[in-house]
Amino acid sequence: MSRLRPSHQNKREFRFKEWMDGSVDPYLGNLEMKPQQLTEETKEQFDERIQDYVRLNAELYDTEKNKGVRMFRILYRISSVIWIALLIGVMLLTVSHLPPNGDPDNPVNNEVSKRYIEQGLQETGAVNIVTGMILDYRAFDTFGESNVLFIATVTVLILLRKNQKMHNEKDMKEDQDDEKYEPQSDTILKTVAKVLVPVIFVFGLYVILNGHLGPGGGFSGGAIMGAGLILYCITFGFEKTERFFTEKTYKWISFTALSVYCLSKAYSFYTGANGLHSHIPLGTPGAILSSGLIFVLNICVGMVVTITMYTFYAMFRKGDF
Amino acid sequence: MAFYQNIPFFSIFLAMFSGTISSVLPRKAARILNVVVVSLIMAASAVLTVILYGQGRSYTFMMGHFPAPFGNEIRAGALEAGMACFFCLIMLLSMLGGRKKLDEEVEETKHNLYYVLVNLLLSSLLAMVYTNDLFTAYVFVEINTIAACGLIMIRQIGRTIEAAVRYMILSLLGSGLFLVGLVLLYDLTGHLLMSNIQESVGMLIENGEYTIPLLVTISLMSAGLAIKSALFPFHAWLPDAYGYSTVSSAALLSSLVSKGYIFLLIKIYYRVIGIDFIRHNKLIDVLFIFGLSGMIFGSISAIRENDIRRMIAYSSVAQIGYIYMGIGMGTQDAMIASVYHILMHGATKSLLFIAAIGLTDVSGYSRQFIQITGAGYRNKIAGVGFTVGALSMVGFPCFSGFISKLLFAQAAIHNTGKMLPTLIVLGISTILNAIYFMKTVLRIYTPVADSDYPVLHMKDQKLYSGVIIAFVITNLLLGLTSVFIEEWIRRGLIVFG
Repeated sequence: MSRLRPSHQNKREFRFKEWMDGSVDPYLGNLEMKPQQLTEETKEQFDERIQDYVRLNAELYDTEKNKGVRMFRILYRISSVIWIALLIGVMLLTVSHLPPNGDPDNPVNNEVSKRYIEQGLQETGAVNIVTGMILDYRAFDTFGESNVLFIATVTVLILLRKNQKMHNEKDMKEDQDDEKYEPQSDTILKTVAKVLVPVIFVFGLYVILNGHLGPGGGFSGGAIMGAGLILYCITFGFEKTERFFTEKTYKWISFTALSVYCLSKAYSFYTGANGLHSHIPLGTPGAILSSGLIFVLNICVGMVVTITMYTFYAMFRKGDF
Repeated sequence: MAFYQNIPFFSIFLAMFSGTISSVLPRKAARILNVVVVSLIMAASAVLTVILYGQGRSYTFMMGHFPAPFGNEIRAGALEAGMACFFCLIMLLSMLGGRKKLDEEVEETKHNLYYVLVNLLLSSLLAMVYTNDLFTAYVFVEINTIAACGLIMIRQIGRTIEAAVRYMILSLLGSGLFLVGLVLLYDLTGHLLMSNIQESVGMLIENGEYTIPLLVTISLMSAGLAIKSALFPFHAWLPDAYGYSTVSSAALLSSLVSKGYIFLLIKIYYRVIGIDFIRHNKLIDVLFIFGLSGMIFGSISAIRENDIRRMIAYSSVAQIGYIYMGIGMGTQDAMIASVYHILMHGATKSLLFIAAIGLTDVSGYSRQFIQITGAGYRNKIAGVGFTVGALSMVGFPCFSGFISKLLFAQAAIHNTGKMLPTLIVLGISTILNAIYFMKTVLRIYTPVADSDYPVLHMKDQKLYSGVIIAFVITNLLLGLTSVFIEEWIRRGLIVFG
């Protein structure tokens, strides 16, 4: 470039090295370019900028002065109404073209549901066909569903569990004030709960354990148990529940339930797919210990649902167990 | 049944089980478990890919004691197995590359929960890739959605929470539409198994029955999955979700989560509805147009952005547009180009996110362009990584981006109706890509005289440098061995439907 530079500096390698090291700017002088400068602003300038921003926003969205915004809002509302009406129309049109409800010739009444109804009892050992379907025929989907509950709790824990770093005095004080609102001195609630909570628990257990024999199962029974736990917590406060339900309990129950589900079903799937003999007895249909894995899986699902419900409550209430 | 046929089942269960275990492990053990599990599944899937590629056929695997229409079923072919392997590779590299940032940005007691999310995300991706049952696909779409929300908001600052809420609302809208479509389809055919639905749908089409509900079903499913994968007019959730979450999350979300949904959509087109019907349907023209507009408007938004992470995020909108454009063209070649673009974008976008974080780290954690000036000199390996990623995105020969643009252009030439718009928009989009990516590359290699920012050498960040190098090699491999990859996709798609 320049003849004034020593010859070795004109070499391509040297120039490349210079560019790599960043000691020279290849664009400087060749490319019109203004070096960047950091801007510093004083407090007044900062305040002014913020004020400008606020004022600007206020004026921008002032529908009295700004006709454009007003037009846009009206247009937006009208178009959304039209759009929704259109969608409703399309969906109604679709529904009117669907197979008639309750017709025996409908495509849904095919060999699949026939086999569930006719051979469900022999093949799964469960008197309750629905349980047989969700925990044996389609157990993989149900495993996915229990994992949905599990991952939902994990996400709620991430969002709402208190961070140790942010735990300062103000939060502590808020916590104590917050706990006052638990209606611990409410006599009616306490008396009723003393009677109701054990009944709810026993009923929940019954629904879970009886899932393969009659209406019920892990999902519904777990919801009942969870409701019982929440009622207990509302009545007697967190100190009482903490004696038997802490984060550790949550962790280990969900771990045990999901591991048992995962491992037992992995065994069952593996034997099923590879044509091996499965060592799980189906038992006599109608007995409490029957229907093979369904009984165990119902308990696992029930446990997961119970702790999910209680954990949601505890997280939203207090952010901790 | 040969033992290798168990690999898909083992992969899914291993990923799910490791998610469960991680919830009780301390954070270091959870981290090791994650690396081990992902590498194991990757190796196993690679073996399966080679075997199935040789055989040139796919097989079904019964999940349980009951054959297909009664029980669940998964199905694996060369394309599925290779996709699983690729997803694992990107997940492994993204997790390793973002590890340091994760330690800085996420509360320590929540680390094992992060690994729970990641493992379950992997399991849901694998299940979406392998499943042969539409309802199983829906269940795992749910897991995927919730995991993605958790990934976004685990870094707890205001913007990520807002982004997660936005993502949740739009993504659940997508799931809802998908579910409605699924229910309608079940009502029309009485099946949930993909192959059986295809049979019934074929008969319905032949007899001319239920034309309107069928069309509505396909549109609902396409719209649902398009919303979830951020096709252009539904991309409002994307920039904040990718731009502010911790870097591994951003890489996973952009390269895997949205790609999983697109793969599911392709699978639905091939295996549930039947690709011949889809090709003659006007619906894909809509996807084509949305794809084209995404390519332009995504790039324009990226050019206007003054934040490097958000710029890369907006570039995703454009790239998703490319994929939908390929699906919308409706030929076999275009579909191959789309699948190749899934791979290319997965490998490149995660590289860009991870390289960008290296650049912002040496610029006082600021992401504004004015601050990252000269960052390529302060963190050389990140600069190289970003440059490679940018060149690949723009379509520089040798890198994967060039091949995918070439494939799209070749596919367009054989499609008389859509040739002109495709080629014109492809050209415009490439120029727009070049504007914002090359602007950034010039910016990071513009020397600043006296900066007080620290300088990071390769020996200070061995793991990070290794990850960047691995990403660059992946990118080069994708670009240089494209003939084999194209052949693999072609063979995989033949047995896919």
